[in-house]
Amino acid sequence: MGTTEDPAAATPATTDWSEVQASPDFAELRRRLRGFVFPMAGLFLAWYLLYVLLADYAHGFMSTKLFGNITVGLVFGLLQFVSTFVITGLYVRFANRVVDPAADKIRHEIEGDDQ
Amino acid sequence: MVAAGVEGSNSALNISIFAVFVVITLVIVFRASRSTKTTTDFYAAGRAFTGPQNGIALSGDYLSAASFLGIAGAIAIYGYDGFLYSIGFLVAWLVALLLVAELLRNTGRFTMADVLSFRMKQGPVRTAAAISTLAVSFFYLLAQMNGAGGLVALLLGVTSTAGQALVVSVVGVVMIIYVLVGGMRGTTWVQIIKAVLLIAGAFVMTVWVLGRYGFNLSSLLGDAVDHGGKTGEALLGPGKQYGATGTSRLDFLSLGIALVLGTAGLPHVLMRFYTVPSAKEARRSVVWAIVLIGVFYLFTLVLGYGAGALVGPEKINAAPGKVNSAAPLLAQALGGPILLGLIAAVAFATILAVVAGLTITASASFAHDIYVNVIKKGDRESAKSEVKVARWAAVVIGLLAIVGGILTNGQNVAFLVALAFAIAAAANLPTILYSLFWKRFTTTGALWSMYGGLVITIGLIIFSPVVSGAKTSIFPTAHFDWFPLSNPGLVSIPLSFLLGYLGTVLGKDRADESKFAEMEVRALTGAHAEKAVQH
Repeated sequence: MGTTEDPAAATPATTDWSEVQASPDFAELRRRLRGFVFPMAGLFLAWYLLYVLLADYAHGFMSTKLFGNITVGLVFGLLQFVSTFVITGLYVRFANRVVDPAADKIRHEIEGDDQ
Repeated sequence: MVAAGVEGSNSALNISIFAVFVVITLVIVFRASRSTKTTTDFYAAGRAFTGPQNGIALSGDYLSAASFLGIAGAIAIYGYDGFLYSIGFLVAWLVALLLVAELLRNTGRFTMADVLSFRMKQGPVRTAAAISTLAVSFFYLLAQMNGAGGLVALLLGVTSTAGQALVVSVVGVVMIIYVLVGGMRGTTWVQIIKAVLLIAGAFVMTVWVLGRYGFNLSSLLGDAVDHGGKTGEALLGPGKQYGATGTSRLDFLSLGIALVLGTAGLPHVLMRFYTVPSAKEARRSVVWAIVLIGVFYLFTLVLGYGAGALVGPEKINAAPGKVNSAAPLLAQALGGPILLGLIAAVAFATILAVVAGLTITASASFAHDIYVNVIKKGDRESAKSEVKVARWAAVVIGLLAIVGGILTNGQNVAFLVALAFAIAAAANLPTILYSLFWKRFTTTGALWSMYGGLVITIGLIIFSPVVSGAKTSIFPTAHFDWFPLSNPGLVSIPLSFLLGYLGTVLGKDRADESKFAEMEVRALTGAHAEKAVQH
């Protein structure tokens, strides 16, 4: 394959993209991907916004000490780290198990035809 | 000219350690230049970096001196409120991971504009995306160069204007050499080395601080409270910095939104996804970046409270550079001049690496988007001179950054980083998301959203207390501050999403359905995505 300096070579006109887009395999891939990333994005944004609003407007609650000098706010903040790491892990597992095999299959069908 | 900056610092030692960093990175950059021949080499390092390598480089690009010195210092002085920044900066990466990184890698070649203009009218959309890229990069660059001037006062005791101008110029020239000679491959290696040094340095200091308190976070916090004076107890909860008035609380909410939505629209972050061979590697890069950045921010939490406890807010506020001196003073308190010298050099290396990443992004956008695709209308012949144009652009941008850094020396331009995030979130992110996910999105919608986001964000800043009307303003005696918030994101981000929608619905043009089919299939499957270069 070598270098891909020529954009025309990277995008052969022979692929009927609309046909692939309309295929059941692709529709399923899109449905599953969107079904995972959209709710997950909504979830972490809502969770983050809740945290910011609490830190911004509920000072008393966030300054409550749980044990020693560890406050509710500190635990909440650290939970944002935990949730970020957990969501990252969940997405990677989902992408490796569901997205990659389906995407690879469709890609091979497209690229196999014209090479 | 050279005198002690922070008390107990040895300027000669600090400069020597930094010089060693510059020499080592220059050698690596010159070695990297041997395999930089094509445009793909220059802009995207031949797409040959692995996910983990690129992830380390992403964290290097992202963790600027502001997030190291600034956040640690803010935690030392304001306690919990400093911590809030780092959470926004980290959570933001989930937007990049879930919605942007892989799809962008599959559909673009070199720049953010490749993706934004994929199914739109090339000329106008590329121009808008390039203008936004240049604006974000330049504001960010200016903040970094200005920071370099402040940092030398702090770490090397260079307080004369001429001396600081000289240091800013040296930083600029070294950065231009990195980009000119090493291209993206050299710049990436600089990021990797810098990230490893920064994270390792923060790790050592964190363990050291925790060791002083028997690895008990609660007793560290208790000691910070004891040294925090009358308001020490307030360090443990939110509100010390932003809680004063209703306006300042709203301002914080606005900042929080810009931080979480800005990262996935930062052109220098997006461009890094082209340096790996596939979408799967782009995903691995983000995972590595999230882990490294998350762990680093946990370190800064300990360092911030550690500085509050072991150095104390009075001494920090009295030092040159105030808040920014917390981490260097903590290094001094822990390990004496040698650790201080190492941390000082790491802070410099951080500025140098971040400005190099910004400069290559801005120059790529100028050469690839404006010169080749708008001025020369994608002409094949012009692609041959593309790298040459990009190199010249890098020189010009580098010189502008030096001049800007010198002219703004002594001014407080810390707001520029937040402004860069706000522009990225308002002008770039809506169009990126609409392009990737909304079939009906049109050229008119893209232009309304991008120009609207850019103009509204900058406009609101001009009429905010940042520019006039307050003691800390650029023009403290003038009064045209009718917009009360210093962070415009709360208004500008929803408005530019709305503008993208309205432009699409009201504009006369219709979306190109076959181009959308191509973009969607390529984005999700990686079919005919740009492959790695085989040398």
